[in-house]
Amino acid sequence: MRGMSGIPRFFRRNAVAYLFLAPWLVGFLVLTLYPMVYSLGLSFTDYDFTQPDSTQWIGLGNYQKMFGSVFGYDEFTASTGEVMRVDPYYMKSLSVTFTYVFVSVPLKLVFALAVAMLMNQKLRGVPFYRAVYYIPTLLGGSIAIAVLWRKLFEKDGLVNGVLAGLGFSDLPGWITNPNYALGTLILLTVWQFGSSMIIFLAGLKQIPEEYYDAARVDGANRVQEFFAITIPLLSPVILFNLVMQMIGAFQAFTQAYIIGGGRGGVLNSTLFYTLHLYIQGWTYHEMGYASAMAWVLLLIIGAFTAIVFRSSKWWVSYGVGE
Amino acid sequence: MASGSNQKLITAVRHGLTHLFIIALGLLMIYPIVWMIVSSFKPNNMIFSDPGIIPKAVTIDNYITGWRGYAGSTFGRFFANSLMMCAVAVVGNLISCSMAAYAFARLKFAGRNFWFMIMMITLMLPGHVTLVPRYIMFNTFGWVGSYLPILVPKFLATDAFFVFLLVQFMRTLPKEVEEAAIIDGCGKLGVYLRIIIPLAIPALVTTALFTFLWTWDDFFNHLLYLTRPDSFTVSRALRTFVGDAGAVSNWGGALAMSTLSVIPAFILFFTLQKYFVQGIATTGIKG
Repeated sequence: MRGMSGIPRFFRRNAVAYLFLAPWLVGFLVLTLYPMVYSLGLSFTDYDFTQPDSTQWIGLGNYQKMFGSVFGYDEFTASTGEVMRVDPYYMKSLSVTFTYVFVSVPLKLVFALAVAMLMNQKLRGVPFYRAVYYIPTLLGGSIAIAVLWRKLFEKDGLVNGVLAGLGFSDLPGWITNPNYALGTLILLTVWQFGSSMIIFLAGLKQIPEEYYDAARVDGANRVQEFFAITIPLLSPVILFNLVMQMIGAFQAFTQAYIIGGGRGGVLNSTLFYTLHLYIQGWTYHEMGYASAMAWVLLLIIGAFTAIVFRSSKWWVSYGVGE
Repeated sequence: MASGSNQKLITAVRHGLTHLFIIALGLLMIYPIVWMIVSSFKPNNMIFSDPGIIPKAVTIDNYITGWRGYAGSTFGRFFANSLMMCAVAVVGNLISCSMAAYAFARLKFAGRNFWFMIMMITLMLPGHVTLVPRYIMFNTFGWVGSYLPILVPKFLATDAFFVFLLVQFMRTLPKEVEEAAIIDGCGKLGVYLRIIIPLAIPALVTTALFTFLWTWDDFFNHLLYLTRPDSFTVSRALRTFVGDAGAVSNWGGALAMSTLSVIPAFILFFTLQKYFVQGIATTGIKG
């Protein structure tokens, strides 16, 4: 009898809460969980959006297509017997993305922390300065700024205009030169350090002034204070910023899309991972392959997030003297 | 005494230098944006040659040519589309995210911790793993080309960030208000509507603000789903200034429309600044 009354009782106790949760729950099941399972399935097929009926299982074919060049082959025979070509640009998109993430994120955080420390002094006008420094972040993700950035770094753009005024000559077209194109995108990202700065500033305000006073009594200099007090006490905030910025950077798309004119730029120098995924899926209709790429991206992001969290044992401290 | 006033002088000089440095760096930071605004008023042939921010000649031609838009639709149409879409998105997120947050923050139910953990995981999930199936699904529904693929998810609380932000806020509200209301005969819905929602207004403003800005600035979803030029949003329409090889034919028009497109963000930022700072500092909203 208990078993029979169990379900109605469970229902009575939880029904209201689940009604409030219903929109999120439906969204999670229909728009997140189901598509995730679906795309994992698709990643083992050659699904083409325009010819869904001719879809075939190709086993690990899409994954071989991605990583084949690592093992030194250009083509391979899929489980269907069909000969498939290795994607010649996949590794390029991976290296572009890694370079972007591992250069732009640390630079952005260093800038954010430096400016936050500058503003953490008892200065008048800090709220105003904070607002001004946030403006690039406020607008930076927009198409407007991407279009502007193209203009600034063109051969006859503003940057070269200023540099020429300073006496430089033989200036390159920064966007059209494969050596510099990615650099302009990294600069665009670092420029938007406003959010991280605000988070650091909030974290710095939590550090009691007494710690610094005590350190000064003991004769510590500024550098020692920074490494003995600021960094350890701020480390949870640094961890948080690092993880969020890293996850975001792996998924960067819009600015590379606009600056590369919808492609990967000159010699694919700005072929971001997500841009390559979009081109494969929506220009070439290789949606099975795009799904496989998305899953590998998920694994990459998961792995790096896990590494950062694991490493945090050694460099993140929670609370002092506890 | 002398050393005391010396100390003061040193502090004053240091502060002065810091101000100077912050201002100089700040000017450098916003220079590109100021240049964009100023250049949008320069004649098209002078934008290239003139890096300065004081225009030698002023014109509104760029605004006239840019406003003409793309494929028969003017920027008036694109702005109306964007505003409408953002308004619906804000309503959707406010309703769905506050409902989920209320359940997580204030109600006890079987499976709460499990679902909350799931919600936190989705926070870190790259959207790309759901991209292709969502597209196939929305295409099956006949939604591609409409705003539904962008707006329906807002009513299903898919922006977990805001659920998290609202949970954090609602958890800080005192238990007593709720208990008094229940004694007065309020049901859970009454508590949600009459107690929690009014008290959570600061966090709801932050939610509305960032929903508006992100929907306004979003490009990827607009690129995927808005296929007809008369349904283009501002951000989708700005892309039409940049040709496929990356060449821009009408720079003046591009800069003029870019300038107009950032006005809503500026207005919101300068009127609601404290909600920005709160939102970023408490949840680390990306950016």
